[in-house]
Amino acid sequence: MSAEQLAQLSDLLVVAAVLLYVFAMVAFAIELAFGKGRADKPAVASSAAPEQAVAERAEARKPVAVAAGGTTAAAEAATPPDERASAAPSDDHAAVTPSGGGAAVAGSGATGSATRAAKVALALAWVGWAAHLTAIATRGLAVDRWPWGNMYEFVVAICFAAVTAFLGTQLRYNVRFLGAFVMVAAALGLGLAVKFFYTAAGPVVPALNSYWIAIHVTAAIISSGLFTMAGVSGVLYLVRGDGVSRLPSRADLERVAHRAIVLAFPLWTFAVIAGALWADRAWGRYWGWDPKEVWSFITWVAYAAYLHAKVTAGWRGRASTIVQLVAFACLMFNLIGVNVFISGLHSYADV
Amino acid sequence: MSVQEEPAKGQVKEQAEERPEQHVPRQVGLGPVGWLRWGWRTLTSMKTALILLFLLALASVPGSLVPQRGVDPDKVARLYEQSPTLAEWYDRFQLFEVFTSAWFAAIYLLLFMSLIGCIIPRTATYARELRRKPPAAPRRLDRLPHSASFEGDLDVEEAARRLRRLRFRVVTGDGWVSAEKGYLRETGNLFFHIALLGILLAVGFGSLFGYRGNVLVVEGDGFANTVAAYDRFIPGSQVSAESLEPFSFQLADFKVAYQVTGDKRGQALDYDAHLKVSESPGAPARDYDLKVNDPLEIDGTQTYLIGNGYAPVFKVTDGKGQVAFDGPVPCLIEAKATMTSGCVVKVPDAQPSQLGFLLRFLPTSVPLTDGTYASAFPGEVNPEVQVLGAFKGDLGLRSGRPQSVYELAPPEVLKKLTPIVMGKDVPKPLAVGQSVELPDGVGTLQFTGVKEWVTLQIAYDPGRVPALIAAGTAVVAIALSLLIRRRRVFVRIGEGGAVQVGGLTRTEGSAAGFAEEFADIVKALSAGEKHVR
Ligand code: HEM
Repeated sequence: MSAEQLAQLSDLLVVAAVLLYVFAMVAFAIELAFGKGRADKPAVASSAAPEQAVAERAEARKPVAVAAGGTTAAAEAATPPDERASAAPSDDHAAVTPSGGGAAVAGSGATGSATRAAKVALALAWVGWAAHLTAIATRGLAVDRWPWGNMYEFVVAICFAAVTAFLGTQLRYNVRFLGAFVMVAAALGLGLAVKFFYTAAGPVVPALNSYWIAIHVTAAIISSGLFTMAGVSGVLYLVRGDGVSRLPSRADLERVAHRAIVLAFPLWTFAVIAGALWADRAWGRYWGWDPKEVWSFITWVAYAAYLHAKVTAGWRGRASTIVQLVAFACLMFNLIGVNVFISGLHSYADV
Repeated sequence: MSVQEEPAKGQVKEQAEERPEQHVPRQVGLGPVGWLRWGWRTLTSMKTALILLFLLALASVPGSLVPQRGVDPDKVARLYEQSPTLAEWYDRFQLFEVFTSAWFAAIYLLLFMSLIGCIIPRTATYARELRRKPPAAPRRLDRLPHSASFEGDLDVEEAARRLRRLRFRVVTGDGWVSAEKGYLRETGNLFFHIALLGILLAVGFGSLFGYRGNVLVVEGDGFANTVAAYDRFIPGSQVSAESLEPFSFQLADFKVAYQVTGDKRGQALDYDAHLKVSESPGAPARDYDLKVNDPLEIDGTQTYLIGNGYAPVFKVTDGKGQVAFDGPVPCLIEAKATMTSGCVVKVPDAQPSQLGFLLRFLPTSVPLTDGTYASAFPGEVNPEVQVLGAFKGDLGLRSGRPQSVYELAPPEVLKKLTPIVMGKDVPKPLAVGQSVELPDGVGTLQFTGVKEWVTLQIAYDPGRVPALIAAGTAVVAIALSLLIRRRRVFVRIGEGGAVQVGGLTRTEGSAAGFAEEFADIVKALSAGEKHVR
């Protein structure tokens, strides 16, 4: 196939992915709609505060407390009190149910239509994912370079990373409840890319012609995808009241978000540092407070604040979720806002 | 964080000595030492760290919205012209240099003090923790989050050996084994925070002992690394003029490759500045192709290619028939896409009166339907020069006031010049070799050729390698800190070979996957049982 045909195929596949994601979203939504409502706790039926639920479950596993209590004072001191309080119940049993169980949303008595919708939704999402992957690969072949050299390609890749993060997690844990929302985010992101950022396939400016694009941008894309999944969970956390809801419990949502961020934060740190290394090669300084650098730094500090909030008394739960979403807003502003509103050295950002 | 609650031992003693009435109720007042202690404790508390992190993020925001002197000085100058009052207010709050401002420094210094106050006690705790033994096994292992049991001829010694082989730290007792691993988590956390400190120190060191500068070099010209040779030189406070690495080079040739077809026609594909480099005075010259993303490094001093443009060559013959000017003139780029450039030629040596020209350089000149000319492509296909204006009179160059080379003269001088070619007199653009005869026999301007110029940045930063080491440490350490879990495994061996295994993780958020690991551990422990049956 010629480069032009490959580029055309890539454009078509992006549109196909958008459509498939929209259909998948509908199917995920049907599953949510027909699933059973749940209280704001994974197991216990009463509507007590989450802290109490934690205590209850700690109670149920008393020997754990004994084991922890048996440690010396030094060990206690090394563990922040909040962490200690949650050490026992935060084990995988209390975490999101393993994928095989498949009951987190639908519940054991779920109707057949919900289960069927779930299967269809996942199948559609995977097909969309494959189309999306092929779109990126054909684009890369068409331009004969890493296919994230401009805003369009970058946004397409981040949406792909977000869907991959979701589907990859789904392989091991049941996080189908996120499906509808991740699909919306991915479809909107792709739509945005096609509508506003579309750039015909072509070569990049010499500054972008470097192996650093593979390292720096890839790390940024993967971590952004994971942060997106955490962001979706965070929004659901806030949207979900603490009463009965079809959404999973707040504790589960928080756990999904935390797990994604724990993976994404070191990657983001690496992405920023790799960017500094590239800047050192390309611009003659490793850090110069270019707007993009400023916002990467802000994003990094904000996620560090989230990790701190998670272990600070009085900041867990709602407050740390809000911190997480502020950090996510910074990330999004950096990816899109900075390119559109502020000019800087990052030349790929030309829209 | 509980570490903070444990006061430093020295401090307690000191306080007890100074204030024997320690047991007196607190209402009496804290006293200076008490206040110090309170201040230190507040500063190093987790909540303060959190708030300082927020402040740091918030304080960075204006750094991206207000133009920064260090990043884009031209934009700052423009703001001063457009809205002087606003600019003055910005300046008053150091908003043009956010990242070197006093208030920004206050935030990060407080944060790093808090960090030090956090690291020290944690290091002490960590050192003790390293030597600590895992706790004794609880009695009922089946109540742990993970548990399993099997029959086998495992004894305590063998179980301990197998767990040690899995790199657990192990203690044994009467019929039980207790094992723990994942200590790298705290190691990672400590190293991460220490590495942050390292980055700050490296950046500070680099800005004291490093320098950077910019220089414009035209094809054929050279550069020697001395302070005087720079167009702009920004040294750190500890840099002396003699410490500059004494290399030099000549720009032999500069080439740009452009995309010639398709949507991206005219986009630059590759820049190549061919240098002849001498590493020290008198050393033989070697060839070097300087490219974007590929700086020239000489003993820690980096030379980067950061910009380029055209420098058409002109020859000016004055009214007395003498050559008053002959050489390339670097032009300012007016339109990046077509490299249409504006040039200024000043001829203070012309007789009987000085001459000045405003010119436009078109690398690929094409006539438009309305009779004007424009450049259609950034490459040098049909280079032509338009004479926009010619002036005679005193250019004011000898007044001692510094002047921009891109400006014919400051406005007050410009007013006094006599225009000799203006508006409708403007001749057809000149091709290479053509010349224009000025009215009244004041002289001739000839366009004789085209050269190119490059702008180079030359930077020396002794902090970059330490910063890289610290940053690399930070990445590895944060990954360890966030991804490793502390986990404990207990084994109890009952009568008749009944073996019970229990396990738990002690870290929130990273418990995922422990079920699999636990299953593997149980398998490793029971590996011998097949032989028994
Ligand atoms: C320079 C600013 C700082 C940054 C960017 C930063 C970043 C981080 C990050 C990303 C983590 C997560 C690692 C983990 O959870 O294991 C963390 C953990 C931690 N930080 Fe900081 N930190 C900073 C300053 C401080 C300060 C000033 C303190 C002390 C008051 C502090 C105390 C802690 C503690 C105790 C943890 C461990 C939390 C845990 O056990 O999970 N940090 N920090």
